[in-house]
Order: sequence, then C-alpha cells, then structure tokens
Amino acid sequence: MAFLSNLVNGISLGSIYAMIALGYTMVYGIAKMLNFAHGDVIMVGAYLAFCAAQYWGMPPLVALLIAMVACTVLGMTIEKLAYAPLRQATSLAVLITAIGMSYLLQNTALLIWGANPKVFPDLIGLDSLQLFGGELVIKGATLVTIAANIVIMVVLTLFINRTRMGKAMRCVSEDRGAAELMGINVNRTISATFAIGSCLAAVAGFLLCSSYPMLQPTTGSMPGIKAFTAAVFGGIGSIPGAMIGGILLGVIEILGKAYVSTELGDAIVFAVLIIVLLVRPTGLLGKVQREKV
Amino acid sequence: MKKLLALVLALVMMMGATAAFAEDLVLTIGHIGPQTGPAAVYGLATYRGAQIAADEITAADNGITVVLLNEDDAHDAEKAITAYNTEMDKGAQMIVGTTTTAPCIAVGAKAFEERVFMLTPSASSTDVTADKDNVYQLCFTDPNQGSASAAVINERKLGTKIAVIYNNADAYSTGIYQTFVEKAAELQMEIVSTTTFTDETTDYSVQVAAAKDAGADLVFLPIYYTPASQILIAANTIGYAPVFFGVDGMDGILTLEGFDTSLAEGVMLLTPFVADAKDDATVNFVTKYNDLYGETPNQFAADAYDCVYALVAAAQLAGVTSDAAAEDVCDPMIAAFQQLQITGLTGAMTWSANGEVDKVPTAMVIRNGVYVGLDN
Repeated sequence: MAFLSNLVNGISLGSIYAMIALGYTMVYGIAKMLNFAHGDVIMVGAYLAFCAAQYWGMPPLVALLIAMVACTVLGMTIEKLAYAPLRQATSLAVLITAIGMSYLLQNTALLIWGANPKVFPDLIGLDSLQLFGGELVIKGATLVTIAANIVIMVVLTLFINRTRMGKAMRCVSEDRGAAELMGINVNRTISATFAIGSCLAAVAGFLLCSSYPMLQPTTGSMPGIKAFTAAVFGGIGSIPGAMIGGILLGVIEILGKAYVSTELGDAIVFAVLIIVLLVRPTGLLGKVQREKV
Repeated sequence: MKKLLALVLALVMMMGATAAFAEDLVLTIGHIGPQTGPAAVYGLATYRGAQIAADEITAADNGITVVLLNEDDAHDAEKAITAYNTEMDKGAQMIVGTTTTAPCIAVGAKAFEERVFMLTPSASSTDVTADKDNVYQLCFTDPNQGSASAAVINERKLGTKIAVIYNNADAYSTGIYQTFVEKAAELQMEIVSTTTFTDETTDYSVQVAAAKDAGADLVFLPIYYTPASQILIAANTIGYAPVFFGVDGMDGILTLEGFDTSLAEGVMLLTPFVADAKDDATVNFVTKYNDLYGETPNQFAADAYDCVYALVAAAQLAGVTSDAAAEDVCDPMIAAFQQLQITGLTGAMTWSANGEVDKVPTAMVIRNGVYVGLDN
C-alpha cells in the first residue's frame, strides 16, 4: 500500500511537470527556442489567479480565466518585445534574453507582491478520494490535473494536425525559410505559439499551486527546470512525449526519494535523464532527423 | 596673584564643564540589516525594534541619547561591508547587526580587524562569533536550539518515536539537526525516521509518509515556517496528526497569508519571545510597535530591542564617552559584556567569553491560533 501511495504521489507531481512541459515543448517545437521564462509566466499566472480569487472575490473558474487571458497577453508581449527583434540572431542570444526575461519577471513579482510567501487557497474544492479505508489518498487537485492534461493533449494534437494555423506551425517548425517563401506569416505563427504556450502556463500555475499551495516569486523556477527536463526526456517538440516524460519524471523522483534517499531524489532524476539521452539522444518519443549530405 | 587665581578658577570651571559633558552620554550605534530583497522582513524588524529602544532610552531623560544610524545590506555580504563603511564614516561607535548570518560573518571579520564592537540580534550561526572576540550574539546559537529541543521533548515526554524532517541545503537547519541528534542519542531517545528536503522542493509527501509509516508520534521540524506550512498541509491530506515540534524559524506560521491556522493547532516550538505574553515590558513593546508600524513584532524585533538596551548598559559599565572612537570603545565593551547581566523581552541574559548568549528558551504551543506557554 505504501508503494501504491508513493506511485500516486509520483503521478500527482508528474502530471504537474507534464502540464508545464507541454508549454515548453510547444514553443521549442515550433519557434526552436528554449523559453526559460516559461516557469515565471506560470508564477505570474498563479499570482493573478490568487489575487482574483482572494482579493477581488471572483469564483475559481473566473479567476482561472482572468489568469489565462492575462498570461496570453503577457506571453505575446514578451515575444514581441524581447524575442521577435532577435529572430535573425544566434540561438545563444535568444537563450540569454530568455534567462534575462525570467529574472525580470521574478523581480517584478517581488516588487508587486513582496517577498513573503502566500498559501494558495483550495480553489478546486474537490474532496480527496479515499481508497482502501483511507490507506490510499488521491488529492482532488491530482484528479483534475490528470484530466486537464489529457484534454489539453488531445486538443493540442488535433489543433496542430487539423487546423490551418496548426499546419502553418508545422511548416514553420520544419523549415522557417521555406515556410516564409510559401507565404506563411512566420511572425504571426510564432506569436500564436507563444499565446498558446502562455495560456497553458496560466493553467499550469493554477494547478501547480492547487496541488502544492506555496506561492512566492520563485515558485515557477524549479518546477520549470524539472518540466524542461521532462520535455527533453520525452523528446522535445513532441506533445505526447512531454506528457509521458513529465509523468515518468515525477514518478522516478518520488520513488527515488521514498526507496533510495530523500537526499538523492533529484540526483536520481537527472541520472536517469543522462542515461536516457545516452541511449536515445532524441528522448523517448523524439523524431530522429536524418541529415542529408 | 589675581591673574593666577583667575587662571585656577578658569581651569576649575573648564574641568567642571567637561565633567558635566561626561555625564551626558551620546551613544552612536549603527544598525545594518536587509531592508529590501527576500530577507527584508527580518532586517526591517530588527531596525524597528532597535529604533523603539533607542527612542525610549533617549526619551527617558537619564542623560543618555542614543543616535541610531541605519543602512540596508539586502542580505548581501558585499553590500553589508559598504553599509558598515558608511556607518563608520558617519561616526558609529558600535554596531547592532548584522541581522542575517552571511553578511554578519563578512562584516564581523572587517570589524575584528578594525576593532569595532558588534552585537548581532539574530545571526545565529556559530561562525558568526568564531575566532572573533569583538562579535557578540543576543540570539540562541543554532546548536543550542537543537540540544534544548531534544532536552524539552525528553523531559516532558512529548513523544517516544521521533521523526525529523530538515533542510539539508540550509546551514541553519542542518546545524540544529546535528546537535539535536547528538543530544537525542545521549538521552537515548528513539529517532525512527530522518528525511530531508531542499529550498527547491515542491512535494513533501514522501517525507511525511516516511514519518507516518515509521510510526512516529512526534515530528521535529528544525526549519523555517514556509516549508513547515507545506509539511502540515501534506500531513493533513493523509490524515496524519502527530505532535509537531519546531524551533524559532517556526515563528511566522500564524501570519502566513492564506494559511489555514487550524492546521498549526498543537504545534510546539522553542522561542525566546512571544508577542502574546502578558508582562508589562512585552505589552508596552508590542503596543508601541503596533502603533508605529501596524503589525505585531516578531522575535527579531524583540532581539534588536534587547540589543540596544544591552549595548547602552555595557557602554555605561565600560565608561564609554560621547566622543570616544570605535576602536577605543571595543576592548572596554568586551570586558563589560563579560560582567553584564540584563533582563530584556527575550529573558535574562549573560554572555560567555566566546560571545554566545546564555538564556533559557521557552517552550510554547499554539492553541486557538496564539502562542501560549507549555505550562499554561
């Protein structure tokens, strides 16, 4: 029973990583850049949902919607101001800009909301599921997160494969120059990608803080890094890969902590990542790209 | 003859005048602590506490005026050195600070070279005072808290099977943990589970489940209140309700925004200061602090308040004068602190030769959302 309980906790943590990894993988897959500020957009989303629910008295669903809209606007603004001017620059310049943006968001949050942590209220309001006479507890937030993950994964896959914008995204991902020659508006496509990624970040922030209710300006950074690892683990650019990578990472982390050592939990996670990348350099579900000579 | 008489009279009058000046003491104390950045809550508290004490002493009209200088170090060692230099340039005779440990170690080393006396209200690591005869602490040292906690748990039979959850990325937490374990072994207490986390940990379910599965009836938490709140929430989720025992870092859990304080019911902690105490000194301090700053003071504010009183008392013992330079004041202050006995908001205090304070920690328990003594 202790094992089952740990497994459930692992899936709970993993489903949060998966949710964040979806945003990373979207942006990387299409814009070919690592948006290191993603974790901090999550934090902003969580703060906005907190303010809407706690200070302005909005119902939970409205609070989530406010956070989603605000984060979408924020993501598009960041893209327009910081990343779009660097479209022709080296990927290193974009990466450094993204790290700078991450610090800018963290410190702005510090100015606005202060250094004191806040405990996120229970906005989901779903009771925990008690199985085997209370031996196994599944949090309501976990159930909602898993359901949300599946819905988002399906919708995203359909969107990418079935819509015009989705087709444009796949084209930009494959060859940006050729896509432009075919009359695809690359800037608008990348902007739309950021809009979707940031909107997902708001949902991820809401769910992250519902499961682990601690809100401070650095809330998004470590889960962001772990989720990035999960995206690489599953094969960056692949939507089901992000999902699988996230859940596996969470399960490995929790089982490693429970059965090996709490001190080595994170080390085990990253050791597994290294092994996976040695065996499959493109990640679990990553596409192997052949270079033609 | 008349000329000689006039000269003698003039001399006598001059001496009288100097004597009168010597009675009126103007003491310049420099406060250094983080007032911006993530540790701002501590530095603001120590500054405010020290300012209240300085104003009280000056207003008491005993011929003593305390001038309190204040600089922000943003919990950064380099900025703390700059803050220290600024205050020394402005004529500080001694330092109350710095509030946090890392800057305190840096400033302490510089002050040791320049012979400036320092009393820190809250930097609790033993590294703060190590090898420096000029740096004194008014707070408990980390080791002291660990062994005192083990002693209280054993003496009052608060638990038989003990679990410990600590932050192994934090010197404060690890320091307390180590001395707790040593003392627990000495007292033959049974520790059934030891788990760790770091500043980056999101999920505490493993740590809590390990304690529960090991059958622990008391969980010792030598950590700050932020992760402690997450541990209490995780324990509540799986319906695990042992006795939780914390240290001074637990102070703040009741004012954590959005936290359901009913989860903290029955949490015990060792702390030198409780804002709800009913003695006149505490009530007076808490009322003043509330009026001025609109919040209830924490132990950092109380420690800094006691610091200023201790410095003034020692300065009187040491015969410090208004115009004495910091380097001339240092050795007499060290000697005075060896003899000093003072009772403040945080209890009766004396100091050992290595600069550590000797005072009795009080065990508290949270009942109906307030701290009350364990004996009440």
